[in-house]
Amino acid sequence: MSDVLTVPKSRRNMEAVLLLLALLVGVGANMVIGLDQDRAFDADFWTQGATLVGLVLIFHIVLRIRAKYADPVILPIVTALNGIGLAMIHRLDIANNDTAADRQLLWSAVAVAAAIAVLFVIKDHRILRRYTYISLIVSAILLLLPLTPIGLELNGARIWIQVGSGTFQPGEIAKITLAIFFAGYLSTNRDLILLAGRKVGPLQLPRFKDLGPMVAAWLVSIGVLVLQRDLGSSILFFGLFMAMIYVATSRVSWVLIGVALLTAGGLAAMQLFSHVSLRIDGWINAFDPEVINRPGGSWQVVQGLFGLASGGLAGTGLGQGRPDLVIYANSDMIIAALGEELGLIGIFAIVLMYVLLVSRGFRAALGTRDGFGKLLACGLSFTIALQCFVVIGGVTRLIPLTGLTTPFMSAGGSSLLANWIIVALLLLISEAARRPAAVGPMGGPMVPAMQDAGAKPAARKRSLRKKEASGS
Amino acid sequence: MDGSLVLTLLRYGFLLLLWLMVISVVGAIRRDLVVGSRNRTGTPTARQIRKNPELEKQAPAPAKLPARQVCVTEGPLRGTTLELASSPILLGRAQEATLVLEDDYASGRHARLFPQGSRWFIEDLGSTNGTFLGGSQLTRALPVEPGVPIRIGKTVLELRP
Repeated sequence: MSDVLTVPKSRRNMEAVLLLLALLVGVGANMVIGLDQDRAFDADFWTQGATLVGLVLIFHIVLRIRAKYADPVILPIVTALNGIGLAMIHRLDIANNDTAADRQLLWSAVAVAAAIAVLFVIKDHRILRRYTYISLIVSAILLLLPLTPIGLELNGARIWIQVGSGTFQPGEIAKITLAIFFAGYLSTNRDLILLAGRKVGPLQLPRFKDLGPMVAAWLVSIGVLVLQRDLGSSILFFGLFMAMIYVATSRVSWVLIGVALLTAGGLAAMQLFSHVSLRIDGWINAFDPEVINRPGGSWQVVQGLFGLASGGLAGTGLGQGRPDLVIYANSDMIIAALGEELGLIGIFAIVLMYVLLVSRGFRAALGTRDGFGKLLACGLSFTIALQCFVVIGGVTRLIPLTGLTTPFMSAGGSSLLANWIIVALLLLISEAARRPAAVGPMGGPMVPAMQDAGAKPAARKRSLRKKEASGS
Repeated sequence: MDGSLVLTLLRYGFLLLLWLMVISVVGAIRRDLVVGSRNRTGTPTARQIRKNPELEKQAPAPAKLPARQVCVTEGPLRGTTLELASSPILLGRAQEATLVLEDDYASGRHARLFPQGSRWFIEDLGSTNGTFLGGSQLTRALPVEPGVPIRIGKTVLELRP
């Protein structure tokens, strides 16, 4: 709904230059680590470097063919983050004698392949709108899967499923399908929700029956909290819905109702469930020796804070700290590990990269012309932002630590896969936003519009694009 | 000794590289960050007018009278009027539309009219045949001035003060 003009310029060359820099960051981090550990340029370094470069170059070429006008900075930022994450996981592997980096590399390849597949299969993000309610069903199935016999309970949270010999976290994919559902539902029903309602002071309260989806989202997040014991995902799902309904209706009353529901749910959960109250106790009294030493206490957070402190302003240098002392240093606590070795200066650069990535997502939302795309881009970029906030806030003890992954950096295949798919969707939406609109006289003769917003507009757009391509 | 010097250099060099990356990205998107004459959006600010006096003339005159009703001037529903309140209006053939158009060339949920500030905007909702404002097809939400025809299928509407 903005009047921002977009410039019809592909800017893929700009992306190539930035990609070079991003690859330099990713491969450079690995090189510094290798030099530090006196195992410079060994086989691991070459496999990891070559795979990363290869994957990203393929993606870049696909973008040149498939989404010529997509945002030029999203891919470089994501590449740099993924590269830094890989290097840090590799560095922790050397300290712990693990092979997590190989798995992460394999999952990066799978994730990039999935993102490319998304770019090829979904030619226009508006197609996804047709699957609004299917997405809802898929999300429900994905969220329920861990509770079935194939589900797996690790570290007290039941959010994994067993796939072959590995594990997978279906909730990560569910955040995408939920975003699609919310975007489809809200773009269709926005006006109905907006129309009615009583005014109380400066707030316009929604009608009770329009509260239905809000209550449903609240129940889902409470269900995740109670049945799967996962505080992080629960906050993520509810935050996603609140952000999207605020973007759709621009009503503050929704946010207030949401915050009230969340507070009520949180307080109730704190009273009823020991794992929640233990988390909160470990947050408030983190430095109490009793709390530090108790199982599931604050030892992990406190150790991470000591790591961050020993890093100081400029860090100990990659490979020279002891981030391996923290448990889950390569997944939940990767921010603490990076903060120790790169220091405040380095961690700020990383946080800024996330900020830039999220801002590009919102920029795509501003530029795109359809309500569904706007909501979807907002929702997807908001999940990345909220996830970063919850993780980094947890590690730095701003909020209680919850088990969410740091997008693109944490070791963990499902998170990587989901986030690369999000990137592919954001690239598609930004392409729709920046692609020059087909101008000129009316696009052909009118057709009776018997089906609403169905295949016809998308098909016509595509044929127009083909015409442009053959013309140039 | 030499080794540790190299390592220290690499350590700071890497931090420098990280920031170089961030700054280049910001440089790449600076076009979006500047508000200059090239991508002027909406009404120029008082400061911009002071700098470039010619902007003042181009600035649209403030809305004389806010639109109070929408009126169908052509098509099957010709003559129908609808009072505008402060809530958005959905135009289309679907039953839930605020103004149900009995027009075979209109989509179920064709377009929406919504108020923002003191003006009304029209936005196409991905219709099959498109929405036309004063002769040009909508590609994004645009403000509607009273008297400018909005064409949806074979129906033409306009806002009246």
